[in-house]
Amino acid sequence: MNWQLLPQFAITGLLNGGPIALIALGIVLIFKSSEIFNFAHGQMLLIGAMTTWWFSADEGLGLPLWTAVLLALAVSILLGLLIERLTLRPMTGQPLLSIILMTLALGQFLQGLTILTFGTTQRNFPVIFSITDPYRITLPFTYNDNPIIVILKQNLVWSFVVAMVCVIVLALFFQYTRTGLSMRATAEDHETAQSVGIRINRVFGISWAIAGIIAAIGGVLIATASGLDLSLSIVVLAAFPAVLLGGLESIPGAVLGGLIIGLAQGLVGLPNNNFFMGPEVAQAIRNSTEIVPYVILLIVLVIRPDGLFGQKRIERI
Amino acid sequence: MLSVNNIEVVYSDVILVLRGISLAVEKGQIVSLLGANGAGKTTTLKSISGLLLREDGAVTRGGIEFDGQRLDKLAAEEITRLGIVQVLEGRRLFQHLTTEENLLTGALIHPNNRAEIRRTLEQVYTYFPALPQLRNRTAGYLSGGEQQMVAIGRALMSRPRLMLLDEPSLGLAPLLVQSIFEMVRQYNEETGVSILLVEQNANVALQVADYAYVMENGRIVLDGSAEQLAQNADIKEFYLGLTSVGERKSYRDVKHYKRRKRWLG
Repeated sequence: MNWQLLPQFAITGLLNGGPIALIALGIVLIFKSSEIFNFAHGQMLLIGAMTTWWFSADEGLGLPLWTAVLLALAVSILLGLLIERLTLRPMTGQPLLSIILMTLALGQFLQGLTILTFGTTQRNFPVIFSITDPYRITLPFTYNDNPIIVILKQNLVWSFVVAMVCVIVLALFFQYTRTGLSMRATAEDHETAQSVGIRINRVFGISWAIAGIIAAIGGVLIATASGLDLSLSIVVLAAFPAVLLGGLESIPGAVLGGLIIGLAQGLVGLPNNNFFMGPEVAQAIRNSTEIVPYVILLIVLVIRPDGLFGQKRIERI
Repeated sequence: MLSVNNIEVVYSDVILVLRGISLAVEKGQIVSLLGANGAGKTTTLKSISGLLLREDGAVTRGGIEFDGQRLDKLAAEEITRLGIVQVLEGRRLFQHLTTEENLLTGALIHPNNRAEIRRTLEQVYTYFPALPQLRNRTAGYLSGGEQQMVAIGRALMSRPRLMLLDEPSLGLAPLLVQSIFEMVRQYNEETGVSILLVEQNANVALQVADYAYVMENGRIVLDGSAEQLAQNADIKEFYLGLTSVGERKSYRDVKHYKRRKRWLG
C-alpha cells in the first residue's frame, strides 16, 4: 500500500464526489415529488453542458462564458418543463413502470437529438477554473519523515464548492420557502396535497425545472473536469448508486452517497503494486473505478435494503 | 349554498355507485350524512370536492353547485381554492412533516401574508389547545386523536366556507370523539362556516347536526332535521342501537332487512 499517496487519492476522490452528489440530488428531487426514477438525467447533463459550450464557443454564438452558462440554465429549465408537460403529464395515472421506462426512452431520444444538433466530435469546453497552477496543501503530519503534500487542481476544488453550495441552497429552499413546503407536501401524498389546494401539476413542473438547473450545473462541472463529448451522459452511472445508497428520497442521503462513491473511486485508483495477489490483480483493481460504486451499492443494500438514509415508512402500532 | 342535484356517479365507466343523490347545505348549517359501509357517503363527499377524478370516477348525471357555480368539472385543488375543504377519512397527514408544517400547508392557497397566517394559526391553536406543544413533532408519530386534530386544524387554516368532514370519529376513543365534535360545533357557531359531516357514529352526529340525510346503497332513503331523525323508530333501532324498553322482541322485528327495504321503494 502506498501510504504516502493515500491522502492525495482520498481527498481527490472526495472532491470528485461533490458533482456526483449534485447529480444524484437531481434524480432524488424528481423521485421525491413524483416517484419517477429519471433515467434521462444523464442526457439532461449532456444537454446542459453542450448548450453552454455552444453559446460560448466560437463555432457557436461566441458569448461570454457567464452569459453562456445563464442561457444554458434557461434552456435546461425549459427542457425540464417541456419534459414534464409533454411526456409525463399525459401519462398521469399509468403504471409507474411504464413512466420510468418512458424516461429511459426519453434519454435515448435526447441523446440522439444532441448528436443531430451538435455532432459527435469531442469539444473543447471553455476553461472556467485555471488549470496551470494547482493548490498545494502540506498536511500537518508526515510519513517516514516525508512531508505529505496534496496537490489539488483548482477546478476540482471549485467544482466541489459549487456543487455543495447548490446542495445547501436547495436544502434551505425546501425547508424554508412556501414552494418548498408545497413540494415536500406533494412528495408525501398527492391526493392529500390536492385536498389542501396545492396545484400538484405546477409542483411537478417546478420540480422538473429545478432538476433541469441542477443537471445543467452538474454537466458544466463535469465537462470542466473531463472534457465534453457524448459520453458525458454516462457519468450518471456513478450517480445512480449514490442515489440508491442514500435511500432514493433523502437529500442528505444523496449527498453522502455521492461523497462515498467519489471517495471509493479515488481510493481504488491508489497505486498499489505489491498487492498480495500480485501486480496483475492490483492493476485490475485500479481499473475498476466504474465498477466499485456498484460493488459498494450491493454490499450496502444487502445490509440496509432502504439505503443509508431511506425514509422510514412511519407505521404506528 | 351547496346544492347537490340528483347526481349519479360511475367508477371506471361501469360501476354505478350513486344513484341520484340530492342534498343541500345552507350557510352556517351542520349537515350530517349517515349510512353504513359502502353506502356511498365518501363518494358523495369526493364528488363535491373533486377528488373523484383521481379515482377514475365521474359525475355522469345531475350537477353540483356552490353559490351558483358548477363544481363537477373543476379540479380538486381549484375547488379547495373556492372555499370547500375536505378532511379526508383516516386523518391523512403529511407524515414526515411536523405538526406546524402540516397546518401551514393548509394556508398555501392564500397569499403569503405572514401576519394573517400567524393569526389563523393562533386561532387554530385556541380550538385545539393540545397542538402548540406538538408543533415541532413529526406528524406521523402523533396519536390518532392528535392526528385528527391536526387534520381538522389544517382544514381550518385554509379559512374555508364549507368544510367536508369524513368520519372524524374513526378509530378514536369515545371521549376524544366527544371533544372533537364539541370543537366542530363551537367552530361552526363562532365562524358560521357550514359543515357537511359524514359519519357512521349516528349518535354523536345527530347531536351536533342541524339536518341529516341517511344513505343506503347509493341513495338517500331518509332525511329530516336532526331531532326528527333521532326520534325515528328505524334510526333508533338500526343506527342508535335502541329498542323500546320492556317490549318483547319478536322474530319479525329481528328480520329488519324487510323494514330497510321499504325505504328503498
